[in-house]
Amino acid sequence: MKNPESRAAFLFLTPAIVLLSIFFFAPVIAGFALSVTDFDLYTLGDVHNLRFVALRNYRELIGNPIFWTAFGNTMYFALVGGPLTVAVSLFAALLVNNKLTRWKALFRTVYFAPVVTTLVAVSVVFKYLYHPRFGIINLALGALHLPQPDWLGDPHFAMPAIILLAVWKGFGYTMIIFIAGLQTIPEELYEAARLDGAGAWGQFRHVTLPMLGPTFLFVGVVVAIGQLQIFAEPYVMTGGGPLNKTLTIVMMMYQQGFKFWRMGYAAAVAFILFLVIGAATLVQMRLGEKR
Amino acid sequence: MSRGWKSIVLHAVLIAGGLLTLFPLLWMVSASFMSNGESTTFPPHLVPHAATLAQYKALFLRLNLGRAFLSSAIVAITVTLSSVLFGSMAGYAFAKLRFGGRERIFGILLIAIIVPPQVGMLPLFLLMKTLHLVNTYWGVIIPSMVTVFGIFLIRQFMLSVPQELLEAARIDGAGEFRIYWSVVMPLARPILATLATFMFMSTWNDFMWPLIILSNQSHHTLPVALANLLGEHVLDVELMMSGSVVTVLPVLILFLVLQRYYIAGLMVGSVKG
Repeated sequence: MKNPESRAAFLFLTPAIVLLSIFFFAPVIAGFALSVTDFDLYTLGDVHNLRFVALRNYRELIGNPIFWTAFGNTMYFALVGGPLTVAVSLFAALLVNNKLTRWKALFRTVYFAPVVTTLVAVSVVFKYLYHPRFGIINLALGALHLPQPDWLGDPHFAMPAIILLAVWKGFGYTMIIFIAGLQTIPEELYEAARLDGAGAWGQFRHVTLPMLGPTFLFVGVVVAIGQLQIFAEPYVMTGGGPLNKTLTIVMMMYQQGFKFWRMGYAAAVAFILFLVIGAATLVQMRLGEKR
Repeated sequence: MSRGWKSIVLHAVLIAGGLLTLFPLLWMVSASFMSNGESTTFPPHLVPHAATLAQYKALFLRLNLGRAFLSSAIVAITVTLSSVLFGSMAGYAFAKLRFGGRERIFGILLIAIIVPPQVGMLPLFLLMKTLHLVNTYWGVIIPSMVTVFGIFLIRQFMLSVPQELLEAARIDGAGEFRIYWSVVMPLARPILATLATFMFMSTWNDFMWPLIILSNQSHHTLPVALANLLGEHVLDVELMMSGSVVTVLPVLILFLVLQRYYIAGLMVGSVKG
């Protein structure tokens, strides 16, 4: 510590390292420890009730059909909502970035606006837009003589309705990243493709898509991590219903941990979420390497 | 298809998409100025027949939403200031100061980016309970006072600050803190604005942790207060819309004013991938 630079570094880093260690890293490690205990309401009253239970919470979870429902719903949300968000945002990026497009900044801002809105507030707004009788969505569908589902009340439509909200809320974010990716593609590649007789689709298929490879990887990982943590939308719009069709992993963790105070059990749910997110990240990185 | 037609179709799709994107927000604003029950009449009113502030009056005078607004502001401003201060200190040290184990410590911090925050929430709650910080603003603020994302963002920027500038200041006899505060911080203004915008918005919009730590109504932030209000007033569509406007508008305006900085932050975040 004689070196003034390392002494300064020590002082500069202390607040950040102390705060992160106590309020992030320690709780994360403690979370894994908590998941092998029977921490519950009685433990909350008196710590002496705490017992080590090894993998009992995990065994109980694996045998609990509600957990598999939550797991399946979360996967449904991520595997349908994720690709849909990516597709819509790529489409929007191509339109906004088109050479012919005027007022690019305006369109970019408009499409991005939902990203910065408060998730809880827009979930409230969509809850009313989805109202089976008075909601604008069903009024519009009715005017077109199309079926008017009870979006949030019908087990088949509740999750798709939440996915639509998530796509609306999130596509602007990935659109911005795609626009940045599109702008790094050299114009000469398109010219060469045109000389080879490639039309608009051919250029998209053989120039744009391959050149966006790394962007796809980044976008895929970010979207997947975000989507697997879905909580506020079902909390506000459906409470996890109807028939648990919108119950998600994080929601189950919240209910078990902070409603029923089964914190050991909830910690096991959280750890499984961690594994799922880690696996999703790894799978996408592997797919990225192959290309 | 000729160039002119292409352009017309392109802009038609762009405008239609823009209207579709803005519609939920426009409807929210419009319905918030309607009187009770007007938004659910048939045929529907898209625009209030006689605009009224009744819903906003009810929110602030009767339902005390002003208190939640204040809570949100206190929490978001404190988090923003502290994360900019501590994030810039750490980011500067990681980028520009030479010390043993620098890369290793930074590498360990980066692990945090892939760990979902929910994993730590249960023990964090117990910790806050032990510290008697449940139902306090500090309980919401402390876990976000510094973020790994912020440290990363600042470090990436600071790497481009020329080392000669710091050496020159050292030769002039400036102390390390003075160099950070008077030489580096003024240079870093754009990235500090980016981080501040990011932190303010994400804290303002945050829901799950405030919901957990603030069980008492007196300290509820806007998203928690709004979710609670929905429980009692689910039939008062217009009232809920005005509550949504109050929650969304501050961040939306802030974004429109500072979007340059906000989008710059997104780009730095995406370059790392």
